Amino acid sequence: MKSRVTLTFVVCFVLCSLSFSQDLASFEKRTTVKKLANGLTVIVCERREAPVFSFFTHVDAGSVQDPMGKTGLAHMFEHMAFKGTDTIGTRDYADEKVALAKVEDAYAAYLAERDKPVGRDEQKLKQLEQAWRDAISASDKFSAPYNNEFGKIVESEGGEGMNAFTKLDETGYHYSFPINRLELWAYLESERFLHPVMRQFYKERNVVIEERRMSVDSNPIGRLLEQFTEEAFAAHPYHRPTIGWISDLNSFSATDAQHFFDTYYIPSNMVVTVVGDFKASEAMPVIEKYFARIPSRPKPDERTTTEPPQNSERRVVLHEQSQPLYLEGYHRPDYRSPDDQVYDAIADLLSNGRTSRLYRALVRDKQIASDSEGFTGLPGNKYPHLFAFYALPIPGHKPEEMADAIHAEIERLKKEDISDEELKMIKTRAKANLIRSLGSNEGLAFALGLNQARYDDWRELFRSVDRIEKVTKADIRRVANQTFVPGNRTVGIIEFSGPPPDAAAAPQGGGQ
Amino acid sequence: MRWTEKSALYSFVAVLLFLTFLSGNVQLWAQATNWKQIPIPKLPAFNPAQPKRIELPNGMVIFLQEDHELPTIEGTARIRGGGRRVPANKTGLIDVYGEVWRTGGTKSQTGDQLDDFLERRAAKVETDGAADSTTISFSCLKEDFDGVFRVFDDLLRNPEFRADKIQIAQKGEYDAISRRNDDPSQIAGREAAKLVYGANNPYARVPEYASVASITRQDLEEWHSTYVHPNNIILGVVGDFDSAKMESRLREAFASWAKGTAVKDSEIKPEPAKPAYYLVEKTDVNQSNIEMVALGTTRRNPDYYAISVFNEAFGGGFSSRLFSDIRTTKGLAYAVGGGVGTSWDHDGMLRLMVSTKSATTFESIQALDQEIAGLPKNPLSEDEIKRAKDAILNSFVFRFDSPEKVLREKMAYEFYGYPLDFLENFQKQIEKVTQADVARVAAKYLHRDQMAVLVVGNSSEFDNQPASLGPVNKLDITIPAPPPGIVPEQGGPGQ
Repeated sequence: MKSRVTLTFVVCFVLCSLSFSQDLASFEKRTTVKKLANGLTVIVCERREAPVFSFFTHVDAGSVQDPMGKTGLAHMFEHMAFKGTDTIGTRDYADEKVALAKVEDAYAAYLAERDKPVGRDEQKLKQLEQAWRDAISASDKFSAPYNNEFGKIVESEGGEGMNAFTKLDETGYHYSFPINRLELWAYLESERFLHPVMRQFYKERNVVIEERRMSVDSNPIGRLLEQFTEEAFAAHPYHRPTIGWISDLNSFSATDAQHFFDTYYIPSNMVVTVVGDFKASEAMPVIEKYFARIPSRPKPDERTTTEPPQNSERRVVLHEQSQPLYLEGYHRPDYRSPDDQVYDAIADLLSNGRTSRLYRALVRDKQIASDSEGFTGLPGNKYPHLFAFYALPIPGHKPEEMADAIHAEIERLKKEDISDEELKMIKTRAKANLIRSLGSNEGLAFALGLNQARYDDWRELFRSVDRIEKVTKADIRRVANQTFVPGNRTVGIIEFSGPPPDAAAAPQGGGQ
Repeated sequence: MRWTEKSALYSFVAVLLFLTFLSGNVQLWAQATNWKQIPIPKLPAFNPAQPKRIELPNGMVIFLQEDHELPTIEGTARIRGGGRRVPANKTGLIDVYGEVWRTGGTKSQTGDQLDDFLERRAAKVETDGAADSTTISFSCLKEDFDGVFRVFDDLLRNPEFRADKIQIAQKGEYDAISRRNDDPSQIAGREAAKLVYGANNPYARVPEYASVASITRQDLEEWHSTYVHPNNIILGVVGDFDSAKMESRLREAFASWAKGTAVKDSEIKPEPAKPAYYLVEKTDVNQSNIEMVALGTTRRNPDYYAISVFNEAFGGGFSSRLFSDIRTTKGLAYAVGGGVGTSWDHDGMLRLMVSTKSATTFESIQALDQEIAGLPKNPLSEDEIKRAKDAILNSFVFRFDSPEKVLREKMAYEFYGYPLDFLENFQKQIEKVTQADVARVAAKYLHRDQMAVLVVGNSSEFDNQPASLGPVNKLDITIPAPPPGIVPEQGGPGQ
């Protein structure tokens, strides 16, 4: 039995690599990249399965670029990118522009009084707040009848899955359209980054604050992750939350958001990837016609503080009404590291499926956890970041037991070579996972665009599998020994502190 | 078929070329300044390949859908009978069964051996349990099909519910029970379903320590032998294979399998809670999850099409009224939406929801009230209806833009006994929906005085006292203690 399994395995191995290289060859034929004169990169990839297409706009700026005191601004702008343009979402932009400028003046005056360290005049503050609110009402008259017009156009024209995301590393915009809307899409998506208008900003800011309450303040795991990341990074902007601190959310302005856009949404920071049912030679001119209009601007200074080496363990312990959780993370280099795929291999070995080491140790054998994994990319991966482990203790077990069990698995990685079969399994899965990821327009647009943005070459999507192919047992031991050391560790724990107190007796809230 | 498809595509590309050429010649300043100026050519005709339907003499229904884009094959067998048939005191059985069916392994191989075999091939065979059915599925590279299919077949016919894996599954269930009050939106979803269907109704009840602890190996074996018969199974396979060869392979595997007793689901009567206010106190949050709920309907209902348009226009997406009024204009919420829910074979849930800071809880309830109360006077306009219909019709192609989606749709129609052209008919019916139809269904299904209003939140921070609205029923979500010996004494199995 054993030998037959190995034989089948070798056969599969050869076949896998065959289909994999065929894929790269086929993608070379149907993928075209063009860097426009303004610096913007366009990728078009033909996938003629159905008369539809998907796109992904990658902007190489995220919340790491948030200015000091203005955390959450990159994410705030992402919301504003759905508010329309000078021609979409307004009754009369010339007059609206004047009204919006008045809102900014009134808000600046209000903030100046609100944030006075001494001698604040409460009466004056009330008047200034009222003046600001009145200015908002005046500006709303131009846009209220056209609420969400940008989204309405996309949805009524058949747009599917319209959304966007902001991460520490980058910002992305995406949806799909029937293929007959390719030119309409090129117009809408370029207009959005040519003439964005910061209308309805302060109401949208309240929406974002609600998003913070939902994902962080009212969610114990959200609370832990925010505190944990803040603790793990002392110097690099990774210590700041993408959603933003509440005082920043209550302070930054539409002017700030416009400034963020002007600085970072420059064509050379953008990769637009379109995948679907077209001929590249016909789609590219349409896309170029519209996106070439975005004026080029100088590259901003994107230097960040490098996180200094950590040399002592850090701990965050939250006492909550909710059930316990154990999390720990170790600093590792960024995605360009020659060891990047070694970390991927370790994550796969530890976490992928029921043969994974953490599942077998903590869930199957010790029966102390309901789930446990090791993963990389916390909280991002463009800059040096964390390789993290977590475990959810089952009732009757404590976070400390999770730590011990995880550390035992780490010790094994450091001291013993992984088996031949494990190494082969990791490599086979990397290939199979790549193959499986190629079957959708959305997934392809995202993967091609991200690789182009990160490596200046979409082919890295395929080369990453070559690199995982070269990972050795010695690499895994070396990287484990370098990375997983106590002084390089940050621990995050949720401790169960007992059932909630009687509600009437103990008013309490996390945030404003 | 393929040919007409291609030629339609080419003529479309010719149109596109022509347009590109034209606009390429005009001055930059003459480019579209208004989205309405942009030409939208006719979408090329698209007739995706339909799966081949095969019915074996023993009643097993098989759908085969070729898809040669990637060298993979995937399949799912859906088996009639699910959690809604489980006795109340065994609630959770379908979840334990759905896990141990796979992890327990087969008569000849343990689950761990299967894990090793499959993971080496980057293949999966997985099982799951749901309210109306259970499923077993596989996914593999095509060259591994034979070996992976043998595992699939062996699990389907010869599972062994090994005791050690039952224990792991039960512990996983205990863990999920202990954590079920940690996330407010999870509480809201669960308690809302109880208000609509009744706390002990099969569509709403949840596993408890005692019900999970009572599940035995014999229960799982009995479940399997009661339901897993060819005449209760719909099998769909999609991927890089030749249908004729696949058909003979599947016939060879399943033709000799003897028929069993067919499952006939009986109707489950909902027992909705009385319309009132219900409060779940949660002291560690600063945001309230608000749900206004009542019974919805089914997709068999002739009103389904007008309801679909209503839902899109009223609470569907960026374009909807609720989004525009409560999020964009009032800035009260990040998450807001809802509509009249429609399930395949039983009434879904009518559900309007909003999450807002504690201090605007009542303001948000009133905002939802106004939206409902305002509908008769301020019905969805021609414009709103047109936009909603356009959104549904123009995005219709995304319902069948991959062979796998086409297969999934057909399997659902087969399972619930819907006509196989349900989707084609859906498009025609949506086209016919009028403003009057939408106003009629809004009046028929949305009755504020018949809805239960659930708030999961921190009442000490509310903008008004709950009692000011009327009688408020406090819901106790304390998790019943586990029977002795199930969970080691410690920190707390739940609140």
